[in-house]
Amino acid sequence: MARQTDATDEQIAIKGTRDGVSVTIGQGPWPELMARLAGRLEATRDFFKGARVLMDVGARTVSAAELQQAAQLLAGHGMSLVSVISTNAETQEAGRQAGLGLVLPQPALADNQVKTLPFVEGILLRRTLRSGQVARHEGHVAIIGDVNAGAEIIAGGDVIVWGKVRGIVHAGAGGDENAVVCALYLAPTQLRIGPYIARAPEGRAMRPRGPEKAYIRDGAIVVEPWQAQG
Amino acid sequence: MPGRVITITSGKGGVGKTTTTANLAVCLALLGQRVVAIDADIGLRNLDVVLGLENRVVYDLVDVVEGRCRLRQALIRDKRLSEMYLLPAAQTRDKTAVNPGQMVEICHQLRPDFDYILIDSPAGIEQGFQNAVAGADEVIIVTTPEVSAVRDADRIIGLVEAGEKGPARLIINRIKPDMVRRGDMLDVSDVLEILRIDLLGIIPEDEHIIVSTNKGTPVAHDIGVPAAQAFRNIARRLRGEEVPFMSLGGSDNLFGRLRRLIAPRSDTH
Ligand SMILES: Nc1ncnc2c1ncn2[C@@H]1O[C@H](COP(=O)(O)OP(=O)(O)OP(=O)(O)O)[C@@H](O)[C@H]1O
Ligand SMILES: [Mg+2]
Repeated sequence: MARQTDATDEQIAIKGTRDGVSVTIGQGPWPELMARLAGRLEATRDFFKGARVLMDVGARTVSAAELQQAAQLLAGHGMSLVSVISTNAETQEAGRQAGLGLVLPQPALADNQVKTLPFVEGILLRRTLRSGQVARHEGHVAIIGDVNAGAEIIAGGDVIVWGKVRGIVHAGAGGDENAVVCALYLAPTQLRIGPYIARAPEGRAMRPRGPEKAYIRDGAIVVEPWQAQG
Repeated sequence: MPGRVITITSGKGGVGKTTTTANLAVCLALLGQRVVAIDADIGLRNLDVVLGLENRVVYDLVDVVEGRCRLRQALIRDKRLSEMYLLPAAQTRDKTAVNPGQMVEICHQLRPDFDYILIDSPAGIEQGFQNAVAGADEVIIVTTPEVSAVRDADRIIGLVEAGEKGPARLIINRIKPDMVRRGDMLDVSDVLEILRIDLLGIIPEDEHIIVSTNKGTPVAHDIGVPAAQAFRNIARRLRGEEVPFMSLGGSDNLFGRLRRLIAPRSDTH
């Protein structure tokens, strides 16, 4: 399965969290970062529509106008910027001017502490997803049933299918490249993990021999048998 | 007991909805049931043609809805079966001439006087389909053993499940025994494996259907024709009888296994 998009985007990280969506902005000139963010939001195809956004801008100085620009960009995708996370006093003041809530940065976790997953929530569907039906969730999605051709699952986290996948599955839809897709029978029309896309081979597809797991390795989606501890 | 409203639909066009509606109406009437068949394919009506009643149409569904006649006046009695009626569709209007609420009301008015109210749905998932299923107690999905028809059937089943009707049941039409034997066609178990709903019947490809359609005499009247037998079996299953499935091409072994293969009803939520 082939690599299709450049995934390494250290400057913009988008993650679903319990409180909403966190967008972390890295180093670089603001206009360039906003252009990148616009591209990333485009790629999420309104997945986060309706979500509250916490934007982490680190230590940089950001003006109220710049924050407003970011808010507008997010609003264009149905998301609302509610808070800005910053260690910079000027930026915090700009955030107040822009009418945004302020969140103080969390102290870094000590190394021996267990890190919580970015998604603490998931859903279990007990049904067959039929052609034309789309299941979206910001966290993990587990389904007992099939994902038929023409149906789609879009998850911020992992996707586990206790059944057959013939439709489209997108795991890590917010950009999480550690997301995995597991299925008893994995024969999707198209499989996406984070920004990567793999599609079914043309012509007669090979039948999977058993339960399989797909994930990203070395910048490409790979598939291997799904085993305990996988 | 009030009548059952059963809508026959498919998603994809041309797979045999009208043929099925006409023949099930005949078979149920032959079993002594009081039946009315409603043509909900407004603008493209042809149930009247298939039943050979075209020249008797005076009023139609839209006339009833718009108050130009009473429901009773629009019902056409069959030529052969005295307990079977047709409510024809309008030829000159489109699907928006009727709304789902009006269809529910018509079904409601027909229930006390009939055992079965069969509704022939138009293809697609638009308003015509919505009208056709609005008043239904049960839905029958017709498909052919082709990938595109099965895909559309799947879409429709999803919509029906969301509409909180009882679980839809499946008829697979136009099975060609030769092709199944050669392995060139999806077989019944392939289709059931994807759709996972109860199988109500299988109908072979049969040129008698085309001949009878042209004559305006549904094939169900021709005793001894395989397709007629298939429709009679389905009518009896609708009545709640256990009737074994016909063997169409696959080894008898396969069809013996079918009863177990019938997928458990998929979960609605
Ligand atoms: N089992 C069969 N064997 C042979 N011909 C068939 C069979 N079933 C249907 N046909 C033919 O296929 C054509 C389409 O059938 P029909 O009109 O019943 O389909 P439909 O689903 O109602 O179509 P539409 O979507 O246009 O309303 C007709 O000419 C009919 O005679
Ligand atoms: Mg028709």
